[in-house]
Amino acid sequence: MATPAPAQTLDLSARFPGVLNPDTRPGYSGWILDNANLLKFATALRDELGYDYLSSITAVDYLPEGKMEVVYHVFKTTGGAGVVFKIQVPRADPMEVPSLVSIYPGAELQEREAWDLFGIKFTGHPDLRRILMWEGFAGHPMRKDWHEPYFEEEAKPLKSRWPDGRMIMAESKNLFGDNIAYPDGFNPESQTFDPEKALYEALRTYQKDEVGLDTDHIIVNMGPQHPSTHGVFRVAVVLDGEKIVNLKPVMGYLHRNHEKIGERNTFIMNMPYTDRLDYLSSMSNNFGYALAVEKLMNVKPTERAEYIRVMMAEMTRIASHLMAIGALLNDLGAYFTPMLYALEERELLLDIFEAVSGSRMMCNYFRFGGVARDLPEGTLQKIKGLFFERLPRKIEEIDRFLSENEIIRSRGIGQGVLTAEDAIKYSAAGPLLRASGIPYDVRRAEPYSIYDRFEFDVVVRTNGDIYDRLMVRFDEIRQSIRIVQQAVKQLPNGPVMALKPMYQVRVPPGEAYGRVEGPKGELGFYVISNGKPTPWRYHVRAPSFINLTAFGPICIGLKVADVVAVLGSIDIVLGEVDR
Amino acid sequence: MESNELNSPDYEIPPELQAQVSITSLDKIYNWGRSASVWPLMFGLACCAIEMICAAASRFDIARFGMEIMRPSPRQSDLMIISGTVTKKMIPIIVRLYNQMPEPKYVLAMGACASGGGPFKEGYNVVSGVDKFIPVDVYVPGCPPTPQALLNGLMKIQEKIKGESIKTARWYQKGPDMAEIPVPMLGPDLIDPRKITLIQNGKKN
Repeated sequence: MATPAPAQTLDLSARFPGVLNPDTRPGYSGWILDNANLLKFATALRDELGYDYLSSITAVDYLPEGKMEVVYHVFKTTGGAGVVFKIQVPRADPMEVPSLVSIYPGAELQEREAWDLFGIKFTGHPDLRRILMWEGFAGHPMRKDWHEPYFEEEAKPLKSRWPDGRMIMAESKNLFGDNIAYPDGFNPESQTFDPEKALYEALRTYQKDEVGLDTDHIIVNMGPQHPSTHGVFRVAVVLDGEKIVNLKPVMGYLHRNHEKIGERNTFIMNMPYTDRLDYLSSMSNNFGYALAVEKLMNVKPTERAEYIRVMMAEMTRIASHLMAIGALLNDLGAYFTPMLYALEERELLLDIFEAVSGSRMMCNYFRFGGVARDLPEGTLQKIKGLFFERLPRKIEEIDRFLSENEIIRSRGIGQGVLTAEDAIKYSAAGPLLRASGIPYDVRRAEPYSIYDRFEFDVVVRTNGDIYDRLMVRFDEIRQSIRIVQQAVKQLPNGPVMALKPMYQVRVPPGEAYGRVEGPKGELGFYVISNGKPTPWRYHVRAPSFINLTAFGPICIGLKVADVVAVLGSIDIVLGEVDR
Repeated sequence: MESNELNSPDYEIPPELQAQVSITSLDKIYNWGRSASVWPLMFGLACCAIEMICAAASRFDIARFGMEIMRPSPRQSDLMIISGTVTKKMIPIIVRLYNQMPEPKYVLAMGACASGGGPFKEGYNVVSGVDKFIPVDVYVPGCPPTPQALLNGLMKIQEKIKGESIKTARWYQKGPDMAEIPVPMLGPDLIDPRKITLIQNGKKN
């Protein structure tokens, strides 16, 4: 398990005297600095010390202390531990923090999220609009003093339902009998506000090409109901003929308040919710959250549990990549046939998940200190049969069918290129980053669990186009098969839980950032505990959300038909984008 | 359909014609055709959509029920599978899609979220079940329902179709039931146009 390295701590305070104050709260780490020094510090951090990869930006509302904190996690793409730094602002509107978009453009969507949910104004942000909720929504919902319409009390289990166990319809407590609440004196008939206005204004801000004919530009909306957006995702594009001149992703159509609910839940209650983030890879999500909380609790899972975890996480990666390959081919026009080949194998993996956890998709299998139960009888045989015989053969078969295909090659090679510099700049993660030639994989860069014991290659391709992103996924499936094969051979006997099973875990106060290499990229969980049964802050660094930062820049200049192909090659899952 | 299921009772068909002639009711033949070619709207909301795709893929093969033709356009579809969490931001679009579907149309609420909010019910952006806005014909429980459960729900839709009659079917009648569902608006919170007076009279919440 990774912890921020103390060696660099010394180095930094000597390098920036007077700028940085160490975060001395018990259980916390990192540095606290002032608004005035932020840009200078971040520039030096990136240019002089080589911390070029901004992993996560989030905010924390310390309501009792009367302040709001913005937390930055920055890493090196060459690997190693990261740097955590924080800005504290008094909790009075307007809360202003300088935007880091000019230094780390990958901050764009994350800062918009912090503005939307916390109401922190990032000065200098080029396009600070709400992102998950709509413009005009009342309040900033992640603030601790903002209560949802069905609010009962701050923490679960709710007294009205437990221990008596009475069933209460939440609707019965609401004035309108529904999940709604309005500000005082609100009259819906005087509502003249258009939630879409800000989006269209932002879309019109682009450089007009002065050369050639003066043509009309039109705005086209794709989604949220569109067969190739992989869910309820919307893309608004400005077109000059068929050429894209500006593009904005619009999201939030599946924003189901993961973090707000997560901060009312007890720690263990959040485990099944993480399944529903990236619902194609629930085991990886469990893994990240378990790592973060175990770091806080200072618990180490048992040996057997570690191996089972790794096996499950790699199987999830294969299942997710199969889906990604099938869906990309679907988007390129090979309607459903490649998908059928991919899903056939995925079903076999889901059978294993069902055997170990009882559910095909929402596994809820990991616990703090191990996994929920041991492998049932016969499952290991099944895994062996699948990973030593069937899957390696089938992956080659799918690869043979697809990768020399003329349509895939002409639609993919040289199209939708993301250069290596841009990939780092926009905080791209996972296959998107590695297809651009950056061999950055959290399993190698900062090994967690027992990944340092396995032999596998970090897959990398150099062109950064749609075709390479497809090929990276094929290669990663091969590497995952290798890892599972090794894990099956080395799997020790023993218990699968380090702790006694508990209804409520005790988590000491502090902060932790657990990150894993999920199928979509670096998946991070930032958890703050104040010693109570519920987390004070629970934030998800969602790779497919942050990968969308690069979506606009990739697409500008392409033809409109390529939007679908680029989106398919980024491989987003809306449960994770919107959370 | 077997001929003994199709034929109306009490009509004698000469044995030499039994292979070619059938005497039946219009309802029966019409419903038979409709129930075996339900075209769902290709429309995935969340996790349940993945199980919906699996139901359409090799192992479960929705095509056995004549439903494999998923239409991306509401104008061409008969069945809306609400496959996932319905959010306040999304519900205006869902209602609009529902209004655009030609009748006869059916709605299947797939999973806990679509049926009643599910695990995310308490969230500030979550609608407590799609039936707050559009009428639902079949609810499929589960989180997510397995493809088998979805297939069972689809068979329930078929049963429902087979039990309908042209004389009484809602979409052939005149009346307020046929009116379009007013599309909700986004304000400080979701505004249901049917509740505007309630909102105006409402006190501070």
